[in-house]
Formats: sequence, C-alpha cells, structure tokens
Amino acid sequence: MKAIYKREVAGYFRSMTGYVFLFFIFLIVGIYFYAYNLLNGYPSMNVTFNSITFVFLLAVPVLTMRVLSEERRHKTDQLLLTAPVSVAKIVLGKFLALLTVYMIPIGVICLYPLIMRVFGKVSFAQNYTAILGFFLLGAANIAVGLFISSLTENTIIAAVLTFVVMFLSYIMSGLESFLPSSMSDGILYHVMEACNVDGHFQSFVDGTFEVTAVVYFLSVMVVFVFLTMQSIKKRRWS
Amino acid sequence: MVEVRDIVKRYGDHVAVDHLSFRVEKGQIYGFLGPNGAGKSTTMNIITGYLASNEGTVLINGHDILEEPEEAKKCVGYLPEQPPLYMDMTVLECLNFAAELKGVQRSERDEMIQDIMEMLSLEDVKDRLVKNLSKGYRQRVGLGQALVGNPEILILDEPTVGLDPKQIIEIRSLIKDLSKEHTVILSSHILSEVSALCDQILIISKGKLVACDTPQNLSSQMQGNSTLQLSVLDPEHKIEGVFAQKFEGAIHVQGAWEQDVWSGTLQVDGMDDIRAELFYLLAEEDCPILELSQSRMSLEDIFLELTEAEQEVHNESDL
Ligand SMILES: Nc1ncnc2c1ncn2[C@@H]1O[C@H](COP(=O)(O)OP(=O)(O)OP(=O)(O)O)[C@@H](O)[C@H]1O
Ligand SMILES: [Mg+2]
Repeated sequence: MKAIYKREVAGYFRSMTGYVFLFFIFLIVGIYFYAYNLLNGYPSMNVTFNSITFVFLLAVPVLTMRVLSEERRHKTDQLLLTAPVSVAKIVLGKFLALLTVYMIPIGVICLYPLIMRVFGKVSFAQNYTAILGFFLLGAANIAVGLFISSLTENTIIAAVLTFVVMFLSYIMSGLESFLPSSMSDGILYHVMEACNVDGHFQSFVDGTFEVTAVVYFLSVMVVFVFLTMQSIKKRRWS
Repeated sequence: MVEVRDIVKRYGDHVAVDHLSFRVEKGQIYGFLGPNGAGKSTTMNIITGYLASNEGTVLINGHDILEEPEEAKKCVGYLPEQPPLYMDMTVLECLNFAAELKGVQRSERDEMIQDIMEMLSLEDVKDRLVKNLSKGYRQRVGLGQALVGNPEILILDEPTVGLDPKQIIEIRSLIKDLSKEHTVILSSHILSEVSALCDQILIISKGKLVACDTPQNLSSQMQGNSTLQLSVLDPEHKIEGVFAQKFEGAIHVQGAWEQDVWSGTLQVDGMDDIRAELFYLLAEEDCPILELSQSRMSLEDIFLELTEAEQEVHNESDL
C-alpha cells in the first residue's frame, strides 16, 4: 500500500494534473479570500467557502480522472493486481494519495485565519470549523471521482462523468426547492437530500459544528471507496 | 507447482478457454504454444489472478488463487503480453516500485535490483524514462519487474517478442538459467523456440488443450508413421508382389508403374528405419533404386496438424 501511495503522490507532480488542481484551488480560494475577507474585512471564511464550492466541479475531475482509468489503459493494473497486495489496499493507497495532494491547499488555507488575525478580531473556532467542512466536502467529492475513474479506461470520459455527477449534486439544492410542498418529506426528497453533497456543507457555513454532517461526509467516502473496490473486483469476472 | 483444474473463461458467448487442465511441476520449463487467439494470454491472466475463471480452480503451491490470493501471488512473477510499465518513471524507479510492491525488504532491495539490471543489461538505461525506451528495452524492464522478489514461479507471456536476435538468444539462455531454480511457464508462437527451450509443450487451440508432452515424445509420437518416397526400375512389374511377400502388410504401399518405372510411397508403422533393408531387397530382386527419400513430420507439421484438426471440427459444427 505504501508503494502505491508514494508512487501516486509523486505521479501527480510528474504530470500536469497535480499542478492544475493546485492552481485551480489556489486561484479561486485566493481571489475570494482577498475580496471577501481582506478587502471587505469580513472576519470569517464561512461565506467565502460557501461561494466557492463550485471550485470542486473543475478541480476534482482534473485530480481524479486518471487515478484508476489510466492504470487500466496502460495495463499497469496487471502489475498491481497480480502483486501480493489486496484490492482494498490498492484502492486505499490511491485514495490516501489523492487526499494528500488535496491536503496541500487545505494546509495553506489553514494559515488564512492567522492572516486575518493581523487585521482584527477573528473567531478561530468558526473559521477552522468552516475549513474542516470544506475539507470534508472536497474529500467526499474526491471519493466519488475515484469511483468514477474505476469505471472506464478513458480519462476524458472519467473527467466528464465526474463533472456531470458533481454538477447534479451541486444544483441539487435548487432542484429540491422545485418539489411541491406535499412531497417535502417523501422518499424522493430524502433520496435527493442524500445526493446533495453540497447541501450538507451548509451547516458548517452557519458556523455550527454538526456531527450529522461530518458523519454524512465520512459515509459518502466509505461508500464510494467501497464501491471502487467492488468495481475493480467485479471486472475480473467480466 | 501450479495446478490448473478444468478452467473455463467465457466472454459473452465466446469461449476463450474451454475446460483446460494441466499440472506444472517444479523446476521445469513449460511452453504454451498456440495460434493467435488460442487463449494463451487469457489462461496466464487467470493463473496469475488478474482475471477470474467462470469455472474451475487454480492452485499455486497449494494456495487457491481466488481464496488465498496474497499467498498465491507471492510465489509468482508475471510478465504480461504488454509489459505493465509506468511511462513517466525511470527504469530504476519501475524496478524499485515493483520491489516495494512485492514487499521486498528495504535492505535487500538495492542489491536485488542491481543484480537484475546486470542480468538484463539495463544499467545503461537505468535513468531513462520508460516512455523513451524502445520496445525491446521495455520488454526487458517488464521481465525485470517479474524477476524482482525472486518468485518461485515465472509466467512469461511471449517474453522474446520485440527483441533483436542477439537479445533473443541472451533471454533464452537467461530463461534456461532461471529454470534451475524457478518453474517457468512461457508462451510463444514460435515453435522452434518452445521446442529448444521447454521441457514440456502444451499446445492449445481454441481454448482447448490438444497436446501436452515433451518435445521428443511429441515428435516421435507423430513421426511414428514415417513415409518413404521410392522410385524403382522394375520392368517385370513384380515389385508390389515382393513387398507384400516380404513385409506381410506391415507397410502400406501405394504407387503405380509408368512404363518400367514404379514410383510410390511406403508408409511404415513404428520407428524402424527400413531403408537399408529395402536397398538389399531390391538389389537382390534386380530392381535398381532410382530415388529414395524419407519424410518425417517436423514439430511444425505436428503443430499445424493439431491446431488445424481442431479448426476443422469447429467448422463442421458451425455448419
Ligand atoms: N476482454 C475480452 N473481451 C472479449 N473477448 C476477449 C477478451 N480478451 C480476449 N478475448 C478473446 O479471447 C480469445 C483468446 O484471447 P487471448 O488473448 O488469450 O489469445 P492468445 O492465445 O494470447 O493470442 P495471441 O497469440 O494473439 O496473443 C480471443 O479470441 C479473444 O478475442
Ligand atoms: Mg496473447
């Protein structure tokens, strides 16, 4: 697992994808942070994050598109799957590598509240809760991207599909509001709410730390990492 | 030791491997031989656990490849048809990655990789990116990855494809050397390669095992019926009577006279060489031999015959 993890992290910086991912995140987060928190002096990053959840629509497909699909295209999965390493470890190694790359911008963002502190009073609790929420939101999206990358050997299809799925989840709050009020507690609503990854970020924006939201994001990760393992195992039988 | 029991692999309606069973004993070289699409690569992918078979089991040193995959895979080094290499890594990085993946101890890693690079003459290119290597070098790096960790069983899918003649000879002698300590299963289209290198030949056609024997047995079994071409000056037209009297039906005679010359074929059962006997017999009968030649089936013919016979059966069943 360590070998796969190390190779994968290094791989992002051998190819362009790691840099493109970081570029997107830093660009968008930087612009909004500058505008909201520095220019307008808003002391909390909650609103900033709430405006920029769309950054994942672009950044996550770039990051995850090749993680498994390229292994299949170049047949390097034959090396991994015939080595004495379980599928679970292969997938976990990959997922942890993705999270590690993602931790780079998160680590930098963790410094932002300290920058704001220079200009005035800042609630660290509120800010770091928001950062935690932002991290979980991204990590859940990355798990979805990982799964989609395991479905195809074409990186472009993986990227487009990941974008589409994340876009649907992004507009889910809007779609939910179209539901007639009679259905506001029906099965359909609950299904839609479960797919509304973005919406669960709201509680972090409100500045409260909600255990249910944390559990939700963690479950999304567990489910999609598990599905990825199953998808790889199933392919042997096709 | 590898034991394959009754494996079947279907792709939709197409049966790629059809009830294949065989055993591979320790310390020998086994050659998989078969035309394109015979199912060689598919079988190797099943043995190494990359694919799962629809039916049947594969045991590697007693471990079922599906039930105890990690124990089983530890014993196997695999070079697939297309070497599984990361294009954006150097040769050294590739070998290091394979070593780490297979759990080779850090302390042994450097020495092992050094040995492998020497064995495959990869030292000159060790810092080159794989994507800039020629096909032959990629093949060698792939072979290097299979050798990493010193697995007991080596499974090599067409190991000499894409190599230059000098390299082919080197790799063959390397495989010979390796077979002293490893069990080797290799596949090839090239019959001469398999018959020169292997202790056992497994001929596969349309997913079925059509022959499994040593190269010597395979040829002698088929060469059992050798054929003699004969032309004799025989003005009295008595030669067929002489043959019938002398051999009493042990040979099958077919021929015709053209004026004074009899030409035809004699099919002889068994391995006896009757040419000398024939010479004295015909000298005695005053029938000078004009022409005598023996044709034996080469392994090439056996291969074609076995795989084509299979094809005819299939064609008939298609009708
Ligand atoms: N993924 C797949 N889907 C459908 N059919 C497949 C697949 N892989 C292989 N086949 C079929 O299975 C059969 C056996 O293929 P295989 O690659 O094992 O042949 P081979 O003996 O290795 O041939 P070659 O000498 O060309 O390497 C072929 O008829 C092939 O078309
Ligand atoms: Mg093949």
